Amino acid sequence: MNKALVIQLGYLARRSFLRTLRQPATIIPSLLFPMLLLAVNAGGLDSVTNLPGFPADSYLQFAFAIPFIQGTLFAAIAAGTDLALDIETGFINRLSLTPTRPAAILLGQLAGTVALAILQGTVFVLVGLMVGIQIEAGILGAVMLVLMMALISLGFGGIGALLALRTGSGEAVQGIFPLLFVGLFLSSLNLPRDLIETDWFRTVATLNPLSYMIEGLRSLIITGWDAQALGTGLAVAFALVIIGLSLSAAALRQRIART
Amino acid sequence: MNVHSFTAVARAVAWRQLHNFVTSPPLLLPSIIFPLFFLLAFGGGLSSVGDVPGFNFPSGYTAFQFVWSLLQTAAFGGVFTGFSIAMDYESGFARRLMLAAPNRVGIVAGYAIAGLVRAIITGAVLFTVALVSGMNVDGNGIHLAGLIALALVLNLAATLFGTGVALRIRSMQAGPLMQTPVFLALFLVPVWVPLELLTGWIKSVASVNPITAILGAGRGFISGQPSGTALAFAVAAALVAVFGLWALTGLRRAEQAG
Repeated sequence: MNKALVIQLGYLARRSFLRTLRQPATIIPSLLFPMLLLAVNAGGLDSVTNLPGFPADSYLQFAFAIPFIQGTLFAAIAAGTDLALDIETGFINRLSLTPTRPAAILLGQLAGTVALAILQGTVFVLVGLMVGIQIEAGILGAVMLVLMMALISLGFGGIGALLALRTGSGEAVQGIFPLLFVGLFLSSLNLPRDLIETDWFRTVATLNPLSYMIEGLRSLIITGWDAQALGTGLAVAFALVIIGLSLSAAALRQRIART
Repeated sequence: MNVHSFTAVARAVAWRQLHNFVTSPPLLLPSIIFPLFFLLAFGGGLSSVGDVPGFNFPSGYTAFQFVWSLLQTAAFGGVFTGFSIAMDYESGFARRLMLAAPNRVGIVAGYAIAGLVRAIITGAVLFTVALVSGMNVDGNGIHLAGLIALALVLNLAATLFGTGVALRIRSMQAGPLMQTPVFLALFLVPVWVPLELLTGWIKSVASVNPITAILGAGRGFISGQPSGTALAFAVAAALVAVFGLWALTGLRRAEQAG
């Protein structure tokens, strides 16, 4: 990476980071809603722990991975919407007339997403510890939870950027993202896959990559350092990052070529 | 009140709303897809919850979840009607409508009628999919009529609530103010397990949430063992009365604002 790219990346990352921090309307719901859903789920489904083979004594402990994965979707919506706003206001067009590298535009933009994910992850861990969650993988496991959340956010941020670059509309990005939430619910979010009775649902959850990322995050909380679950989760997260960034980089090249 | 002008305005507003609804895929599809998704995600993904000790719902877990999905469809149908009113204000249509309509209460009635028909359309699709996917219905025709009536009264209450908010704010920025309270009221009930199996703070909240009574009666209807019916209808009627007043005072505010 040459010096010019690093400088460009630094400026754009700083802009993205500050823009994210200056939007309470983005930050507050992304912190509150996952916690609210956790509270409702944990209260509503606590009796599920009585099912034979359920892997945790408390549903709160089991469900504590949910805010982390849900938070990544909020971060991705923010990334896509911000980039779409830059397209709508002409900022990307003006930037493309300068010597700024496309890689700096894309990665700089996603820096705000990763920063928001780290903030969310840290808050979730602290709230979890306050309400009595025990992270079986210890302090390093808590750090790993936040880092893995940042990695998944980068991947979903890439998908958000792709949608923004393809549509050029923040409204379109917001409209498409509920589909990701649908994908989230069609996974092993609420129950372990082996306890899902409905065959078609278990098959969908098994094919759904989100299940493996959730299970990777969850393993740190309820099991400890489970190499298989964590390794699979990380591998899927890295694949998401590679796919998200490659597709959004191609879309950015096309958009810049059009302008 | 001039009955003719009232019905003419209500019919015109309802017709326009419904025409927009059925001819606009961005409005129609989410209204149908989201309840189906909730039914599939909760009814399918959590079906083993029916095996939890103490869970004794005779018609099975899909029927248990179906009632919640139907009420969710009905309530959110009302919220979406509120969105339509807010959009009409943003586009300037609602102000022109206020000037043109000889009876403005008819405007609220028109939106409410459209909300009810929307709920019937989406509820019919949900019912069909649930039956095709093997849901057990142990209630008879009268019980099912009771369940549908409860859902429609809830839809009316939610429409009047959304209308009241939209007429006060007169902007799409009112969206979260319509959506969030309804979302919370619908989730702070025994969504996944009966009230007796809830624990902690959510049990306390669900016990005093009026939607719990409506949900419990709806589940009684579908299983053919109605219980708490009078209370549920009384609660639903009270919600309609309170939010009807809320909508009418909102209309007065909108009239004063010009």
